[in-house]
Amino acid sequence: MTEFFHMGGYAAFVWPSFGITAAIMIAIVIDSWRGFVRERDTLDKLQSQRTKRKPS
Amino acid sequence: MVSLHKFANPARFVRMSSALLPWMVGMSAVLITVGLYLGLFVAPPDYQQGESMRIIFVHVPSAWMSMFIYSGMAIASATGLIWKHPVADLLAKASAPVGAGFTFATLASGSLWGQPMWGTWWVWDARLTSYLILFFLYIGYMALWEAFDDPQRAGKAAAILALVGAVNVPIIKFSVDWWNTLHQPASVMKMDGPAIDSSMLVPLLIMALGFTAFYGAVVIVRTQREIMARKVRTLRMAQVQA
Repeated sequence: MTEFFHMGGYAAFVWPSFGITAAIMIAIVIDSWRGFVRERDTLDKLQSQRTKRKPS
Repeated sequence: MVSLHKFANPARFVRMSSALLPWMVGMSAVLITVGLYLGLFVAPPDYQQGESMRIIFVHVPSAWMSMFIYSGMAIASATGLIWKHPVADLLAKASAPVGAGFTFATLASGSLWGQPMWGTWWVWDARLTSYLILFFLYIGYMALWEAFDDPQRAGKAAAILALVGAVNVPIIKFSVDWWNTLHQPASVMKMDGPAIDSSMLVPLLIMALGFTAFYGAVVIVRTQREIMARKVRTLRMAQVQA
């Protein structure tokens, strides 16, 4: 198990490579999702304001 | 061109992409998990590079994604400019941060690989230099979208940059053939087939597919967000005029 983490002495290079790539991809997912939710909520609010103003 | 018209309607794009989204998410999760398992536990170490060669399983898929995404952005930009396709420029805008992220990941993992293997974090050879320019093109593209008040003008300017920068993609690809580079020559996409053992090639291709599905999922969410943002702007302008 420790041999696996040791990566033949290259641990300091291998794990940060995987870590940085993973961190970037996770950050992209979080940013994408939060932006989507924010915009969807704003749109819903604006659309409900419009329907309130239009008496049917 | 007929098929492009299907996506020209933003509402239809949202419907179709929403149906695709769970598949993209599922495929990326499965493929990346399998690819990581094969790459970290099954693939043997390289006889020269030892365990450091495992960096290939994030470095190369990231690099492929950054070039694939930029090429897609250039095509989408041309489509938006020429045919005024209403979703194309939003697709390109949505893709840019993802491509920039993969470019950064490639640069970082490449440096981390270069230091133990080449004895240097960086070298100004043709491959690395043209690739750094790709990163600057992504940043410039994203900056142009923010530089104008009018999103139409912003989109046009960004599209022109994307198209002008597209010449960099074949330069990156062929740089290792055209110039004497420290970065190794092509070993996968060559005229006479891959020069890489299947024990490495299979996890590499699986990771590349997984990253592609990841990009598909993320770009769907981001493009739908851009479509909604445009509706918000339209509604706000209508409110101001009312």
